[in-house]
Amino acid sequence: MSEQATGNGALVDIRGVEKVFRRGAEDIQVLKDLNLEVPAGEFLALMGPSGSGKSTLLNLIGGLDHPTRGTVSIAGERIDQLSDHRLAAWRARHVGFVFQLYNLLPVLTAERNVELPLLLTHLSKAERRAHVATALAAVGLEHRAKHYPRQLSGGEQQRAGIARGIVTDPTLLLCDEPTGDLDRKAGDEILGLLQALNREHGKTIIMVTHDPHASARASRTVYLNKGQLTREPND
Amino acid sequence: MKFLHLIWANLRRKKTRTVLTLLSIVVAFVLYGFLSAIKQALTGGVSLEGANRLIVRHKVSIIQLLPESYKQRMEKIPGVASATHQTWFGGIYQDPKKFFMQNPVVPEEFLKMHPEIILAPEQRQAWLTTRTGAIVGRKTAERFEWKIGDKVPIQSSIWSKKDGSYLWEFDIVGIFEGRDKNTDTTPMFFRYDFFDEARRGGTGQVGWYTVRVQDTARPAEVAKLVDAEFENSSYETKTEAEGAFVQAWAKQIGDIALITASILGAVFFTILLVTGNTISQSVRERTGELGLLKAIGFTNAQMLALVLAESCLLAVLGGVLGLGAAWLLTSHGDPTGGMLPLYFFPARDVLAGLAMSVALGLVTGLFPALQAMRLRVADSLRRI
Repeated sequence: MSEQATGNGALVDIRGVEKVFRRGAEDIQVLKDLNLEVPAGEFLALMGPSGSGKSTLLNLIGGLDHPTRGTVSIAGERIDQLSDHRLAAWRARHVGFVFQLYNLLPVLTAERNVELPLLLTHLSKAERRAHVATALAAVGLEHRAKHYPRQLSGGEQQRAGIARGIVTDPTLLLCDEPTGDLDRKAGDEILGLLQALNREHGKTIIMVTHDPHASARASRTVYLNKGQLTREPND
Repeated sequence: MKFLHLIWANLRRKKTRTVLTLLSIVVAFVLYGFLSAIKQALTGGVSLEGANRLIVRHKVSIIQLLPESYKQRMEKIPGVASATHQTWFGGIYQDPKKFFMQNPVVPEEFLKMHPEIILAPEQRQAWLTTRTGAIVGRKTAERFEWKIGDKVPIQSSIWSKKDGSYLWEFDIVGIFEGRDKNTDTTPMFFRYDFFDEARRGGTGQVGWYTVRVQDTARPAEVAKLVDAEFENSSYETKTEAEGAFVQAWAKQIGDIALITASILGAVFFTILLVTGNTISQSVRERTGELGLLKAIGFTNAQMLALVLAESCLLAVLGGVLGLGAAWLLTSHGDPTGGMLPLYFFPARDVLAGLAMSVALGLVTGLFPALQAMRLRVADSLRRI
């Protein structure tokens, strides 16, 4: 994986971004003239109250949505200018997602869930199996590979979700409240795992969280308040 | 192929619902198979050979007879290659329920006119030399366990012999096969010269003529010339293609094609709703999962294909099972004991059924597939 940074050295470079949602006749401005740089290899925590625009920002960085104004560049590529089709291909290559509710397909085993992003590659079946085994081993879930999500605990399901997020070795790992549905012990294990992926494997991680305990594990924390970034929670 | 397990897993999500939908598709295709076999039996009794043959009957009705002497006049008409006649005998073997056709014919002319009837040379020779000889189709021979050398008594409901008896006795000298699958091998044919000499009434009169035309491109023109030849005579004729003649028999029951199409239309419309509802419901229930697939990089086209593949797999699986069951159930042949001698599920209808199952899958899957394709990822991910 090449993690080409932009001219200013950042892997993620967001400039003057605005996002407006239209609800009936009303325009709701969620993000206002937002600028953010995330260097490659950083573990960034994004905090803020509900409705502050954290998930919207994460969606823009992950190419799930387009900004109303401004630019979003990842590894030097302007993803805000990509068509839906090219954006889907870009996501498959560059982004791993980890969700609060794990978002595993209940009809597939853990290993089949982890394999899903690899179905979009040209890897052979044997190569896919090898990648899945590596990802499951990285999250310590190789012994639960054949289990369905309903047979796994919350922590194990989130491990499977992380394995799915890293199986393609993406440029960025985006986590939306990854510990929000877990108890403290399981949450700590997941945070430890994310920390290890960042420190030992150099993964760039952006994590949305409400939990100061979780943000403390990140290398940097930024706050989002009323659609704008601040360095401190009460700025 | 690498997506097959994903498609299959989605179908197994609600097993009861999938199985019930599958069963309704299977039943629809079994019904389709039965109706195809019945339609084939009633309207498909004409082989390709029949394309260059015309049937000449009395203008008023098929039960009115025509003079035997018409043969010579017909063969002089431009465009007519040859002509031969048959007469409805209306016989019963042991029991009125054991229906099958028996007709007196002129053997050489008849066999030349009907190359789809395959008779071994020595049996053909035996028929030519035995006045009371009769040949019978393989199906009827097996049904009554007749073999060559048997004497079989047939009670005619129309024709009496000169001694007043309606009971006729024939020697089985040959058992014929059909060249094609849709050649009827249930009738029995016996010699006209024996019949004409032995019958008490109607001597010199026959039921209808089969005419072979010289140019297969001009049958309508030849038919007009034949009818013109006998116009204003005591025995005016009506000439039509062999297929139309057979179908006219079937139309005594009703318009088979229309009845079949109406029933199948109703059945498939219902199946369309049932399957469409199943797929739509299934897609609605997993909006969040579909959103996830889009988030990890599935394109709109891949989402469309994924849902269409799911509906097609269900429809084709049901179609194949239904068509297979129909094939098996109709392979035992005529269930009526002789009323439907050409009762079978034709291969062309099996292929049409397969095409229908694919079409069913595409039509029922299209709307939910478009819904899946148009999902907004950010919105759908919240709907877990």
